[in-house]
Amino acid sequence: MSESLKCSNCDNQATVHLTQIINSKIIKVDLCEACAQAKGVTDPEGFSLADLLNKSTNESGGEEMSLTCPNCGLKTADFRRTGRLGCSSCFSIFAPLLHPVLEDMHVGTSHKGKAPVVALSRQSAATQLQDLKKLLARAIAEEAYEDAAKYRDQIKCLKKDAVNLEFSQS
Amino acid sequence: MIESLLNCKDAELTHNTQKATPVVLSTRLRLARNLVGIPFPERASVAQRSDILSSCEEHLSNIDKMKRGNFFDVSDLSDLEKQVLVERHLISRELCESKQGSGVFINKDQTCSVMINEEDHLRIQFMKTGFHLKNVWKQIDKFDSQLEDSLDVAFDSEFGYLTACPTNLGTGLRASVMMHLPGLVISEQMERVIRAVNQLGITVRGLFGEGSDAIGHVFQISNQQTLGEKESDIIDRLGNVLKTVIDHEVNARFKCLEDSRAKLLDQIGRAYGVLRNGHVMTSNEALNHLSLLRLAVDFELLPESNRADIDRFFIESQPGHIQYAANAGIEPDARDVCRATKLREELGSLPALDFDKLADLT
Repeated sequence: MSESLKCSNCDNQATVHLTQIINSKIIKVDLCEACAQAKGVTDPEGFSLADLLNKSTNESGGEEMSLTCPNCGLKTADFRRTGRLGCSSCFSIFAPLLHPVLEDMHVGTSHKGKAPVVALSRQSAATQLQDLKKLLARAIAEEAYEDAAKYRDQIKCLKKDAVNLEFSQS
Repeated sequence: MIESLLNCKDAELTHNTQKATPVVLSTRLRLARNLVGIPFPERASVAQRSDILSSCEEHLSNIDKMKRGNFFDVSDLSDLEKQVLVERHLISRELCESKQGSGVFINKDQTCSVMINEEDHLRIQFMKTGFHLKNVWKQIDKFDSQLEDSLDVAFDSEFGYLTACPTNLGTGLRASVMMHLPGLVISEQMERVIRAVNQLGITVRGLFGEGSDAIGHVFQISNQQTLGEKESDIIDRLGNVLKTVIDHEVNARFKCLEDSRAKLLDQIGRAYGVLRNGHVMTSNEALNHLSLLRLAVDFELLPESNRADIDRFFIESQPGHIQYAANAGIEPDARDVCRATKLREELGSLPALDFDKLADLT
């Protein structure tokens, strides 16, 4: 190799050169000794994740805004470094960074499985209703009528509970 | 602290005598769950972690499934006790290394364990001997719903169940089946199988996860993706892939018998001899021999009634279990002697290998 490569994480000389194939795309990363350690290159699962996260930075190009979660204090840099979120509030803050990562990682980018109906109704009947309506709309759009019927019934139940609650309060 | 777990005579993975099957050892499902608003374990303060630990312990103890179960605070367990629980697949290595304020709740027959403050606030795991994806899903689904009735679980209509690592988002479901694949290993087809299933979003790992290779010819095969599919679809997809793997394994075994019958039977015969007569045995050697003994049961060279014991030795021959039984943290050399002694004694009553049985098979 004629020119010495710089670490893609800091400006030190890169001594660790990795090539990974993810979804039949070749991804090359050059790291210095310290960053290779920090990124957990010894752990294949953890590493490929950090790699994916890096890729989405490069694709968006240029400098990105630094975000901070008001609940737990997680910053964009923390998320990039560890690939982990800090609390349930992080998801709305970091959603734009999360979407490109999820596309490569999962079958789809929106949830299709069970929902914690009781816990959610307790948390907030209103937001729950909104969430279910979104699920219903999506199920209808995707012609998943069995799911749609399930969500419709859950919405009905929720509305009835809400009415009962109003009565008892007045 | 963990004597009652080890002495338990109806523990699912070590004493379930009726349900063991060829090829599939056991089915495990886990759900990752978190509580709303509180930072995930890695970012939570010591005080927050211990609050979560005690409140989750209380909620869990109210669920029927956990009646007469055991709760352990990880900081109360010795390194050896943790190792034993890892070998029984009741806790993860990650939980062993966690900071103060982590724990595990294990039910009486060890079919269910809930880790608290591992990577997520809750990691619920259900296990069953044999190939039972749908059945175990039904059980864990019910348990999870019961827990949600009293705990505020973090959920988003878009991302599903919220987890610390994006790889678990959505359903938070990892379904994993432990498979015994000596045919595919001996006929050198395993790499091809791993590559093929990887392309279908299915992961293959060794007995103890990453890097544990093909020890004992045992592999854990699990779904990689958790978001964008319903739980039942994840399970169906994994189940279909596994059925194909089982078919390939069965074919590979018959092909081995056809092409290199003497060589295969020689390996089985030697394993039988070494296990019953050896005096020094490493854990890997024991697992590889036990694997061939399990294959002998599949070929009917040994009675079906011996299968459950062999499966139990798969777990009890591992380093933590050997040391725990010896009542001391003993050096590897001494462990190898203890292991050989145990296997020699326990397998001393095995009937002779009945090679005539094979005549019907080919």
